[in-house]
Amino acid sequence: MQVYDNIIIGGGHNGLICATYLAQKGQSVLLLEATDGLGGLATTREFHPGYRVSVAHSLSHFSESVVKQLNLLDHGYKPSSDTLDTIGLNLDGEHVVVSGGQVSGVDSADQKTYTDYLSLLKRFAKMLKPFWLKTMPRIGDNSLPDLITFGQLGLKLRLLGKKDMGEFMRVATLPARDLMDENFNNDLLKAILSWDGLIGSKMAPRSPNATLLNMLYRMSGQHHGAHSLPEGGIANLINALHSAALDAGVTVQTGALVKRIIIEGSSSGLAATGVELADGALIYGTRVVSSADPKQTFLNLVGAKNLEIGFTNRINRLRCDGYVAKLHLALDGLPQFTGVDIPNGRMIIAPKLDAIEFAFDDAKYGGYSQSPVMEIMIPSLRDQSLAPNGKQVLSAHVMYVPHKLKGGWTDEARQHLYQRLIDTLESYAPGIEQQIIHGELLTPADLEKTYHLSGGHWHHAELSMDQMLMMRPTYEAAQYSTPIPGLYLCGAGSHPGGGLMGGPGHNAAKEIIGAKK
Amino acid sequence: MNSNPEVNDPFAGERLKESHFHPRQALLNLRDAWSSWNGYKFADYYYDEEYEYFCVRNSCATYDICPMQKYIVSGPDAEAMLDRMVTRDLTKLKENRVTYVCWCTDEGRLIDDGTIFRLEADRFLLTCGSPSLAWLRKSAFGFDELQITDMSDTIAALSLQGPTSCEVLKKMGLVGIENLKPFCIAHFPFAGSEGTPLMASRTGFTGDLGYELWISPDLALAFWDALYAAGENYGIQPYGEAATNMARLEAGFIMPGMEFNEALKTIHFQYDQTPFELSLDWLVDFKKPHFNGRKALLKARDQGAEYTLIKLDIEGNKPAEESFLYSDQDCSKEIGYVTSAMWSPVVKANIALAMVETAALKGSIWAEIYYSKELRHHSKVAKCTIQEKPFWAPERARATPPAAF
Repeated sequence: MQVYDNIIIGGGHNGLICATYLAQKGQSVLLLEATDGLGGLATTREFHPGYRVSVAHSLSHFSESVVKQLNLLDHGYKPSSDTLDTIGLNLDGEHVVVSGGQVSGVDSADQKTYTDYLSLLKRFAKMLKPFWLKTMPRIGDNSLPDLITFGQLGLKLRLLGKKDMGEFMRVATLPARDLMDENFNNDLLKAILSWDGLIGSKMAPRSPNATLLNMLYRMSGQHHGAHSLPEGGIANLINALHSAALDAGVTVQTGALVKRIIIEGSSSGLAATGVELADGALIYGTRVVSSADPKQTFLNLVGAKNLEIGFTNRINRLRCDGYVAKLHLALDGLPQFTGVDIPNGRMIIAPKLDAIEFAFDDAKYGGYSQSPVMEIMIPSLRDQSLAPNGKQVLSAHVMYVPHKLKGGWTDEARQHLYQRLIDTLESYAPGIEQQIIHGELLTPADLEKTYHLSGGHWHHAELSMDQMLMMRPTYEAAQYSTPIPGLYLCGAGSHPGGGLMGGPGHNAAKEIIGAKK
Repeated sequence: MNSNPEVNDPFAGERLKESHFHPRQALLNLRDAWSSWNGYKFADYYYDEEYEYFCVRNSCATYDICPMQKYIVSGPDAEAMLDRMVTRDLTKLKENRVTYVCWCTDEGRLIDDGTIFRLEADRFLLTCGSPSLAWLRKSAFGFDELQITDMSDTIAALSLQGPTSCEVLKKMGLVGIENLKPFCIAHFPFAGSEGTPLMASRTGFTGDLGYELWISPDLALAFWDALYAAGENYGIQPYGEAATNMARLEAGFIMPGMEFNEALKTIHFQYDQTPFELSLDWLVDFKKPHFNGRKALLKARDQGAEYTLIKLDIEGNKPAEESFLYSDQDCSKEIGYVTSAMWSPVVKANIALAMVETAALKGSIWAEIYYSKELRHHSKVAKCTIQEKPFWAPERARATPPAAF
């Protein structure tokens, strides 16, 4: 009987990254992916014959350390040196554009403030950056490495200088609304600068919590928060990760849905010893490393009966309901957005902060907004292979669309929302409706089903103060090891969190390698 | 159930509930010495606490356990759910048997103790001192084939304790009750009702021969009358909280609020206890691969308990209530404190339960006792001796059949 050193559940980017680090250390690694493609939410899949797209449509904070350590460039990764413009769409075509650290379409006061604002945020982001790739200290444990991490954070904060440190403490949990109002005049600018702190979360401009931390987290990448796309699109990154995994010796098996994690009990307690696949096959491993979300991992694959009572209830209470839907359109040609020459940036429809806030208000009570806000890309402009010659693919993240819609996601509700989205797009890109060959709307409930993702949440669990850092996903499981010996977490539900970043996969592998010594 | 005739009582929701046996117990509560337990009006004593205590030890007496919390846990997952919740191995518990259990938080701190009755393969009765539904529901999360029913108000229960208790039940017509072994359950017909509506278990909280009797509330008063008629010549008498506290201390049983602070109600860090601190090591079965708090308890066991609950025999006759304990007669080094103390009439000894620093157990133990004599306060320092066995554990508590009277 073959016993792997590691069985990795889930072939998203974190699963691939963790697997590769472990295999590079000479460990045997089997990676099991439930669907037919690798990449999780970054899988490029065909949604209409000849048209392909991935749910994740840009990069903002993919770890440069991971790129370097896994030699991703040698495996064909082609990161882009230029960034995507962020374009705040205006009905009349008078757009606000953030490009290369400058903003246009606003008054000179806003332009000047933006420079200062960006440089302050960059200083904060630089301070936090090392901690995204570190295991967080265990609560109540005074071990030396933990104390050092705490100490480093304190020191980094202090090194910001008195003024910046005070300012960081003041704004860290500030609602985006307050941060924007005290800095800028232009409504559209305020809305698009808040966007990256909010998307993927159940938070709106007036929510105090982790909006700024989310922004700073996303500023940890190569371009300090500006989005980009590698040559060949998202698929280029996933292919490079796949190649690196294979090269390191990882055995990759797709279409292998894990039904349960095998937990064996003896007088020395419980331990994870393998997995059972949906087809009944049993595979054994010294360690099971799950990149599935914490609810999926603990409640469905391990089972409450193998966990402790308080812990189980904390996992069950994790806030995991997704609020972002995905719209994919197969288009007959390039859509004409009013006032945009070539729509090759990241376009945001959110005319002002209240537009975002009101869309959130509807979702809070189980509805969706009649005036949805969204982020749009035309990925086929960067990667022509995504659509047949002359055709295009439109990809849009839509906020806020609840996972649990009041009355359920009936065909009627889905059709109604789809039409609202098309009508909204039509007002910014007249004629787009006529160009549609096929449209696909993925609600968070669809994302949950397709990608085996609790709540269809981008980050596996809400990235909020109570579920961040040493509380992610919850204490007793925040250092990648879990209460069950042999079971580890390596997905977005662990520190530092979600998005195409790679931190959880990297950190989990480091913990596993460290624990083995 | 509430006999309050006032229709528009503005304090209706605040008043204490009346037990299913209240009409009879109220008549016998000559001193109107009521306090409360879990929202029920509950007697501290009925006539005189020492008299009631002597009834428990020398004839028989009844204690109202209607206010005790009772939960039926049933369904195919019931055994697995309870087995994971408690520290003992429940899979070994046979049908119609009862076991004493305790359960802990994830951190291994004691939440409560109680008894579990295995009524059928998939049907358990859990009884305990404090409301526990919230913890049961948390414990049940993830077990789908399971039902938890709070039966606290819908089962009438009475504890009959003392040397003549078996004889009284025999007189009452419980055929074969004398063959019921400790921690066993039997069912009996009652008063021409269909089937066997009266459940008897050989359990109790006095360390003596005794039974607990369980019946539906509509038969409660008829049951009381039949029991008291049968017991007329056997010294039957209701007893309250005060006598219970004396009897249980002699038996070495722990009380919440005295020996331990329930973990879910504890605010100060580690002011609650592990089972090891309470000398309940025998309740924790590490052969079980998993139960709540196992990991923390294993660590606690290996580290050794900082404090240990012990039984003390103290010189003199002054109860060491709330005394501090010292390792020397000069009282210079404090090593612990008394949790419960009394002069035990049946053992004729000055006894106590106490929490003492484990490291100090090997040395001598002295109690600083404060007492008053006709309004004058005095203090003394008395030597304490650790007792390993319960102060009171008579042969008759285990004898089957018990002696006839």
